[in-house]
Parts: sequence; structure tokens; C-alpha cells
Amino acid sequence: MKSWLTTTDHKRIGLLYFWTAFGFFLIGGLEALIIRAQLVRPDGGLGVSAETFNQLFTMHGTTMVFLALMPLSAAFFNYIIPLQIGARDVAFPRLNAFSYWVFLLGGLFLNASFIAGPLFGADRLSVAPDAGWFGYANLTSRQYSPGPNVDFWLLGLQILGIASLAAGFNFVVTILNMRAPGLRMLRLPPFTWMTLITQFLVITAFPVITVALVLLMFDRFFGTHFFLPSGGGDPILWQHLFWMFGHPEVYILILPAMGIVSEVLPTFSKKPLFGYTVVVYSGVVIAFLGWSVWSHHMFSSGLGPIADSVFAGTTMLIAIPTGVKIFNWIGTLWGGQIRFTTSLLFAVGFIAMFIIGGLSGVTHASAPSDLQQTDTYYVVAHIHYVLFGGTVLGLFAGMYYWWPKMTGRFLSEPLGKVHFWLTMIGMNLAFFPMHLSGLLGMPRRIYTYAADLGVARFNQISTIGAFVIGIATLVFLWNLLRTRWRPVDAPNNPWGGATLEWATSSPPPVYNFTVIPTVESRMPLWQTERHAPMAPLPERPPAPIHVPGGSWWPMMTAVGLPVMAIGALSHLIPVVLAGAAVLMVGIYRWAFEPFET
Amino acid sequence: MLRASVYFDAVPLVLALLLLLTACSGPFPQSVFAPRSDFSTDLDGLYKNIFWWAVFVFVIVETLLLVAIARFRARPGRPAPKPVHGHTALEIGWTLAPALILVFIAVPTMREIFATAGHAPDGALRVEVIGHQWWWEYRYPTLNISAYNELHIPVRTPIQVELTSADVIHSFWVPRLGGKRDLIQGRTNRIAFRADSAGEYWGQCAEFCGASHANMRLRVFVQTDSAFQGWVDQQRAGPATPAKGSPADAGQQVFRRSACIGCHTITGIAQGKVGPDLSHVGGRTTIAGALFPNTTETLHRWIMNAPSLKPGALMPPQNLSPQDLDAVVAYLQSLK
Repeated sequence: MKSWLTTTDHKRIGLLYFWTAFGFFLIGGLEALIIRAQLVRPDGGLGVSAETFNQLFTMHGTTMVFLALMPLSAAFFNYIIPLQIGARDVAFPRLNAFSYWVFLLGGLFLNASFIAGPLFGADRLSVAPDAGWFGYANLTSRQYSPGPNVDFWLLGLQILGIASLAAGFNFVVTILNMRAPGLRMLRLPPFTWMTLITQFLVITAFPVITVALVLLMFDRFFGTHFFLPSGGGDPILWQHLFWMFGHPEVYILILPAMGIVSEVLPTFSKKPLFGYTVVVYSGVVIAFLGWSVWSHHMFSSGLGPIADSVFAGTTMLIAIPTGVKIFNWIGTLWGGQIRFTTSLLFAVGFIAMFIIGGLSGVTHASAPSDLQQTDTYYVVAHIHYVLFGGTVLGLFAGMYYWWPKMTGRFLSEPLGKVHFWLTMIGMNLAFFPMHLSGLLGMPRRIYTYAADLGVARFNQISTIGAFVIGIATLVFLWNLLRTRWRPVDAPNNPWGGATLEWATSSPPPVYNFTVIPTVESRMPLWQTERHAPMAPLPERPPAPIHVPGGSWWPMMTAVGLPVMAIGALSHLIPVVLAGAAVLMVGIYRWAFEPFET
Repeated sequence: MLRASVYFDAVPLVLALLLLLTACSGPFPQSVFAPRSDFSTDLDGLYKNIFWWAVFVFVIVETLLLVAIARFRARPGRPAPKPVHGHTALEIGWTLAPALILVFIAVPTMREIFATAGHAPDGALRVEVIGHQWWWEYRYPTLNISAYNELHIPVRTPIQVELTSADVIHSFWVPRLGGKRDLIQGRTNRIAFRADSAGEYWGQCAEFCGASHANMRLRVFVQTDSAFQGWVDQQRAGPATPAKGSPADAGQQVFRRSACIGCHTITGIAQGKVGPDLSHVGGRTTIAGALFPNTTETLHRWIMNAPSLKPGALMPPQNLSPQDLDAVVAYLQSLK
């Protein structure tokens, strides 16, 4: 127990990220199921109140983006990146532990809002965030949202932003500085490349949302008017700041999954990644363009024809590098010897579904066309084809691929295939009809709709699909737990992968590699035209390896942040100061911690 | 597995066809596929243009994917695959091909952006739309009248809609008449359209605006010129005066001495500004933000306990005796 609380081992932190994020994924999924159950009938549904419904969809979006998908990617960054680059750990192991604890506490803080009602003289299920995951001003002002709901949201997201930023800097430094000898940048595995790009997006995008949240906090706590037209401010400013973060965020969510798919496809087709450099550069181009498209979320807000044209144009451009990636993945499969493992199925499912999400994206890149689609279920369909059909399927591909490395045990393939097919059927039943609900006039974020709209049937199909996804996820959970009870041991390189993580044992020892490998090609474990596969590493380290001990201070420092947030939430200055004191003492002790423990 | 992998993409395709078929079988009052104005017809044309390009790309790419996984599955005895690293001509080709398709989408997009920028020709009828949590106010500055939740406009006449909000951001959306545009406090947004056939059109708020966002609905009545003129004349006239001793007359007395006057205007009777003007409420087909039909029964329920019917509604439950309630409802219904 103590060793887990104080751990600075990237592999343990990766597993902590995985289980915590998977827990939040289940919570976010449960919220989605209640939303879908409510919408199964028109005119009042199953009786979920408007106020509860608004909290559920706000928390579903917030949870899935910040507490499930980003940290599930982070689980792989943590576990896999140091192994892929032949390092013993990340550059800043204690900072890595700090990121995890801040993420956990931030997530608990946000979700505590569901049960915190009585502390504010309200019922349970009444003070959770309820202004949408995008929190548009001026609905978020004290005047229109007087309760602590929005405070939970803006404080929770500020905490989570710290976790993401710390991890972002950590992984940029790790990937740039900790590579094994010979592992030049254009020899990096594609997953490492996409991670590097993602982290640059994190460290540039998160400051923008942080600024926006701080301004909002000033508006709500100290009576400023940054976003309030009544005081000379501008609610559109919030939209610009939020989407300047929010659109890069989409790529923060999808690029790691693209990286995973670019690992899985070559391994299971026994072919190198087709157009490696093009795949890498198109990732860079996507990230750059991702910064120039934010206002396509705002076509209905009246920016004027010039701005609409520019943002429609840049948004369409982004389809090009995305298409290039898809063609290169198909090129990788073409001529290969494809083994249909669960991991490969999920990777192919990712391509098939992501195409649909990408194409519906083009229909709302066209600004006038988007005026009929934005804020309807059509967009809900689009984002779920991208973030579920894309990100989640990609992450599942990664889980089946790397689980043997992370735990030394195989996930069951038959159960995996059940999981895969249920997921595919469920997601298409759930999300495809939403295109039609939207085009037939159903706005999003509504707790009820008129029977006369004629969309009840599509909503029923969506609800059935959502519950099929729920069952599929339970199958997966069973599969995960089963590896503890009925272990099937995995060898070092169970799939015949080409990258360094497969050169060490499964799971790897605490020091990762007995000897730091020297890399001569992009696929060090494969026979290539010019290079023989790397020689196996020695069984035991030829010389003693220094492994740093654990530290309490990352966790203790992290505790200061939610304490400060609780103080702000309840307007108790002494509590804020106490939290700040914990933070400062933690940082001080951390900085002066003896090198050897 | 080969059979299974063919299913892979058949699932969404078959679903799409099935759903499109069923989608054609009923009346869909907020469907974007039944445009009835120049604005919505333009958007429909643009969407269909992009949709068919998307179908074209979808079929090609998904077919390539299916062929790849069907043809190249591992079989014992096959030689090891050639370690192909890439192909420059292919890379250039599949960069240029999507770029070319995007030109065919971008050009009409840019044209439509300017065509639908929201400026009506001179002589258009101006309508100011003001969003409130959770109802709509319409002002006709040139006609000097107002309407609430139900917008009346003449057919085949250019309409200049000017949008703003009294509180949070809302979005005005009547799919069959045009695309949505947001209502923002302190700003004025514009849309312009010309409805091409008379009828009743449905819409609702499309930007999340708080507890009763789902209940912020609206109707547009597109009328022939003479019918529209009749409606305008009716609005211009003062509210109906109930006959002495009638139930409506008693209702007017109840209205005068109750909390109603604090929030509602009835010309000559009360000047409240919090809720909609009720001078002509009896002439509307719906109440409560186009949420319920305007009937004796719904008026009763609404006055007795509005927040239970529309979460967050500012109108508090009214503690009226059954007689007073009947009288007020009779009065409101008399205000044609």
C-alpha cells in the first residue's frame, strides 16, 4: 500500500492512471445511460428532472473528456513511452506522481459535487456542474447560476489543468532527452511521436482554458465583468477562449489513439508502417492546423462572413492530413499478413468509424450547412463517431495490445471478440440514428422533446445501442478482472512487435531494461533490409542499477490543491490559506528531499 | 472472419438506409429536409452537395479498407510480406485528391456564406427577436406592434430578423425557414429569409440556456398578405374589454388585484415587464413558450403551478380560489 502511495515508477503510475480513468469511464458511461433512458420517451421521458438532466450531461461531457479519455491516454504515455524510447523512467518521476495525484483528487472533487448538496443546504444531485461541459458565458454568471454548481466545475477544471500541464512538460522533456542511443527523432515509434505532438498541444492549449477559468472565477467570486455584457464585458470572449483550447483538445484526444493504431496495424500485418514520415508529419500538420479552426464551433454566433469563410476554409484543410493518415493505414494493411486479433479488430474499427466522424465533420466545416446542424443531435452523432468510434476504439486496441506487456498476462481473445462486436453494434445503433434525430430538428442538451417532432423512434434505437455499449463494457471489465484470477502468462514479445517495449520482460522489471539498448533502425526488433534484429538483452543486469526510492511529497503537495478549492467553494479564506500552506510545504520538502532514501 | 469483416461496414450503411426510409414516413415539423424559404432551400442544397461527396469518399475508402482486410489475412504457407515503407507518388496522389474534392465543397460554401450573411433587401419587414429565459419576444418596429412566442409574417416577403437577448445566450431556429443564429445580450445578429409558402412552422431554442432550455419553443405563422394584415390590425387594437357582468369581467377584476399585474402587461390594465405581454394572449394557439396548446385546462394548470410544468419558470404558483381561477382564465381567453 505505502509503496503505491509513494511510487515514482512510471509503470505503477501508468497502472494507477489506467484503473482510475477506467473507473471514471464507467461513471461517465452510467451518466450516459441515465441520459439515454430519460430520452427513450418524449414529453417528460422517465421523469428525470430538467435540473438533474442538465447536471448529468454536463458531467458526462466533463468526465469523459478530462477524467476518462485524456487519462486513459496518459496511462499509455506513462507505461509505454519510457519503454518505447529505451529509458529507465520519465525525466521527472516525482512530477509524474504529482500529476497522477492531482488528477485523482481533481476528479474526486468534481464528482463529489453529486453528493455535496446537503453541505450547501440543498438536496443531493443538485449542486453538480450544470452549465454544459463548454460552460458558455453568461449562463455561468452568478446571476444566472447562483449555486455552487459552476464553482465546482471551474475549480475542478483548474485542478485538472495543473495535472495535464505537469504531465505535458514531463513527457516533452522525456521524449526529447531520454531516448536510447541511436534512437533519432525519425526512428521514434509512431505512438511516441503522436504523444510528443499531443503534449505540445497540452502545454499550449491548457494555459488558454486556465486563463478563461481564472477570468470566470473572478467574475463569479470577485464581481468582475469579463464575460458579462451588463458590465461591458463580452460573452463571445468566453467562446473564443474556450474553443481556442477546445479544438486543440479534440486533437489531444484523438492523436494518441492515432498513434496506437499506427503501432497495432504494422505489428499485426507484419509490415512496416506505410509512409512513416508522412504519418508523422501529417500528425504535426494536424496539430498546427488544429490551432486555426476554433471558431468553427461558433458559426451560429454571428462572426460575420469573412471570419466564417476563413474558419470554414482552415477546417476543410484539416481533412487533408487526416485523410492522408487513413490512406497510409490502409496502405499498411495492403499486402500484409493480417492476424485478426482483438487489438487489430479495434484498430480497423477505429479507421472504419473515424471515417464516418470525419466525413460528417466536413458537412459542418461548411459554415452555412452547419447552421442547420450545430447544437443538434447531428453534432452529438459526429463527436461520438470521432471520440468513441475514434478515441475509445483506438484506446481499446491499445489495451488489448499492451495489456500483456503491462501485466504479463493475456486478455482473453474470445471475450475480446465479443467485446468488439458488441461495441461496434452498440455504437452504431446508439450514434447513427442521432444524425437523423438532429436533422429532423432535435436540439442537443434537452431533457425532453415533443412527441410531434417524430424523433421518438430514433431515440429509442439510440437508447438500445447505448445499453449494448454498456453490456460490451461490462464484458471488457470482466475480461480485465479475469486476468487476475485466471492468468495466462505472456512472453516478452507476444505479438512479434518491432519496438523496444517488446525487448524487455512482461511486465518489465522496475529498471525496465537490464542494459539500455542501442538502436539502429526504426524497427529494432525486426529484420530490415540493412539491420538484423537487435540481440536479446541479458537476463540479469551486468552492473547494479540505481532506482530512486519513493516519495510522499508529490501526493502531499497535490492534496493542497483540492483543499484550496474547497475553501474557495465555501468562501472560507482560512481554508484556502491552509491548502496553500500544504502546497508550499509540500513543494519545499519535495525540493529539498535527500537524493537517496 | 471474412464474412464478419464484411458486416463491419454494412452495419451503418444498412442502418442509414433503413432509417432514411422510415424518416420519410411521417410529418416532421422541424425537419431540415423540407425547406420552405430561400434561406433554408440554399442550406439544404449545400448540405446535399456535401453529403453526396461524403458518400462518394465513404464508399471508396471503406471499400479499400474492406478489400485490404479481406484479401490480406494471414494464411499458413504465405511468404512473408514485402517490407514496403511507402510510395511517394501514392502519397502525393492521396494528398491532392481530397484537396481537389474540398475545392468543390469550399467554393459553394464561400458563396453561401456571403449569400446567407443575414442582410435582407431594402423594404424587408423588420422583426426584432429578443430571447428571454424561456420565451420569445418579437417586435415589429415599422408596424409598432409586438408578439410573443408565436411569430406572424407575410408570405413571399423578405424578412429582416434582428436577434438579441435580454439575459443568457439563446439561439433562434426554425429549421424549415432557415439556419439558426444566436441571441446575445448587447449584440444584434441578423438573419434574412423569404418564406415561400403559407403555413405553421415549428422551432425551438438551440443554445443551452438553463433549466428549461428544452421548453423554449416557438411557432411561426406564415400568412397571406390579407391574413397577415388582419392579424396586424388585431394587434394594433387595444385589448378586448369584457362585457359588464360577464365571467371575463370578473376575471379582469381578479387580474387587477392579483400578483399578475406585477409581471405582465395588458394595455390599460397592467404594466409588468417580467413576463410576456398578455394583451392578446387569447389569440395565440399556445402558451408558456409554445409548450402547451392554449386551452382552458392548460391555462388552469399553468396559473396554478407554472414551475411544475416548466422547470425554473419565474411565475410562482398562484393561490386563487376555483371561482377566481375560472374567471381569470375566461378573461385571458377573451383577449383575442
